[in-house]
Amino acid sequence: MLTIASLLPDLLGTYGDAGNALVLASRARARGISIELLEMRRDDELPEASLYFMGGGEDGPQRLACEVLRASSLGARVRDGANVFAVCAGLQILGQHFSVEGDDEFTGLGLVDIATRRGTTRSVGDICVQVGDHLLVGFENHGGVTTLGEGVRALGDVRNGRGNDGVVDGFRAGTMWATYAHGPVLAQNPWLADELLATVLGEDVEPLSSVADLLYEERCRVLSPHSSFEVRRKDPH
Amino acid sequence: MMAVRGANWASRAAHRGAGTVAGGQIGLKIAPDLLASLAVGRTVVLVSGTNGKTTTTALIAAGWGGDVASNTTGANMPAGHVAALVRDRTGRVVLETDEAWLGDVMTATQPKVVVLLNLSRDQLDRANEVRRIAERWRAAIAALGSATIVVANANDPLVVYAACDAPNVRWCDVPTPWRADAQSCPRCTLAIDYDVAGWRCACGFAKPTDLTTSLDGPLRVAGQTLELALGVPGVFNEANAAMALSALREVGSDLQDALQRVNAVSTVAGRFSVRTWRGRRVRLLLAKNPAGFEALLWTLGPGDDDVWIAINAHLADGHDPSWLYDVAFETLRGRTVWCLGERRLDLATRLAYADVSVKVVDDLEQLPVSEEPVTLFANYTAFSEWLERSTPC
Repeated sequence: MLTIASLLPDLLGTYGDAGNALVLASRARARGISIELLEMRRDDELPEASLYFMGGGEDGPQRLACEVLRASSLGARVRDGANVFAVCAGLQILGQHFSVEGDDEFTGLGLVDIATRRGTTRSVGDICVQVGDHLLVGFENHGGVTTLGEGVRALGDVRNGRGNDGVVDGFRAGTMWATYAHGPVLAQNPWLADELLATVLGEDVEPLSSVADLLYEERCRVLSPHSSFEVRRKDPH
Repeated sequence: MMAVRGANWASRAAHRGAGTVAGGQIGLKIAPDLLASLAVGRTVVLVSGTNGKTTTTALIAAGWGGDVASNTTGANMPAGHVAALVRDRTGRVVLETDEAWLGDVMTATQPKVVVLLNLSRDQLDRANEVRRIAERWRAAIAALGSATIVVANANDPLVVYAACDAPNVRWCDVPTPWRADAQSCPRCTLAIDYDVAGWRCACGFAKPTDLTTSLDGPLRVAGQTLELALGVPGVFNEANAAMALSALREVGSDLQDALQRVNAVSTVAGRFSVRTWRGRRVRLLLAKNPAGFEALLWTLGPGDDDVWIAINAHLADGHDPSWLYDVAFETLRGRTVWCLGERRLDLATRLAYADVSVKVVDDLEQLPVSEEPVTLFANYTAFSEWLERSTPC
């Protein structure tokens, strides 16, 4: 039994971010892996889980979510090896500090050495990131510029869009994964969902074909016509 | 004025759009205060909010009776307003107004009544954050004079936040099931508690108690009981009608007479209408954001009939279809959904993860021919395509 939990979907879930937990649970079940999918709402205790999902949110709710999580045992659980997959505001909350509501600096959870300040422009649009041999495709909508501390590895290199700073996107730090591609990024990138699932399980997972593969190919074609080995191999044109 | 009319004619002659916005845009360049001068001396009602703008505007226009100037084509920014005011010089005006433009349009038109329906996530790639809209409304409304009456939804904390400093406000207690965007207090960010009686925050911000309009049972507006028997479907349209009638009271309409005219409306700009396409009857529903989509899903009867859904992601739709994951499509389990539109793969993936059976339609020829009527949900530009493609029954 694998237990996964969405953290504060009532505060962090502006862009359909609940889709990520849904996709991971669905792909696990399709392979016969039993899954328990939990939610922690703002008045709940943090449930015990192998994987926590964090979504995006508006300024006020982001600040509130950070307070609620600071008072929870999330930090201890991550240090004990629990995995975290965070997008957008969730990414910012995990770091040392972030700016909301003007330029007020707000202290984050400090689970990773990154810092986010408010950029001069908002970044709204499709995003495409090279992550190893794969492309990550999605949509970003945020005003943050995130700087990674020394030794913190980015999730990938930005091909299209801004991500952290126009050069790289997100991070991989210990058991934590994060990207600015918000919303159901695991739905658009089935390979990423499976890589996350395999990491949490500690073993490889069987291939699984679904309509999501067609969506991924289409988005790769639209966002990066000639750059993906994966896609070129499948598309003779 | 001739320039505006000329541009409208030119636009129609060139087959570009319905010939309303192009004229207005040229008009605004010619005279920036054109909208203000066109509104002088007229009784103006503005309608804004995420969902129900077009329908509520149509219900007010119908309920008012007689000749009413209105932007019935859905062009809800100043260019469309100018076009509507030029087209019809009558003294009574009701304008659907884009949420982001409400402050500017209030300043220009000095409305008698402003109707604030609701605020929820919609096209976030364009509006960014719902709360910014609420803040902008709040600043604009606080600057209103007492001659303007704000008719506002008391069950939407974001609307109440925007309207509570209005010099003159009428609170409407109407069904507002979507709460996902008002979980934290717009005033202090603490958690808002909801129960059957309403909502409140520990900071004291709470649902207003001086309610002019209520809909928990028969509709009551300022003490009058009104028997709603609407021709448009759904509880959300009862809320729209309640707010339309509340606005009509403020412009002096006889409410029983207005009610008869409101009840008689059965289709609004093609929405809720049953049309014919290749011999099949198709019920067209415009569903373009999570709160609106869920409200429309509830109008589906029981059973396992197939459903058609068409999703695009043009500018008018919002470029980001992530919102599909905020819609509780699980209610469609047991049915087959035919996925249409340019983002049909996003839709099909979403539905497949909700365990709903899907068929991806790459070519309209693949759609089944049948005597049975079918319900089609479509977002903005997809809806327009289907309206054009189909014919009245």
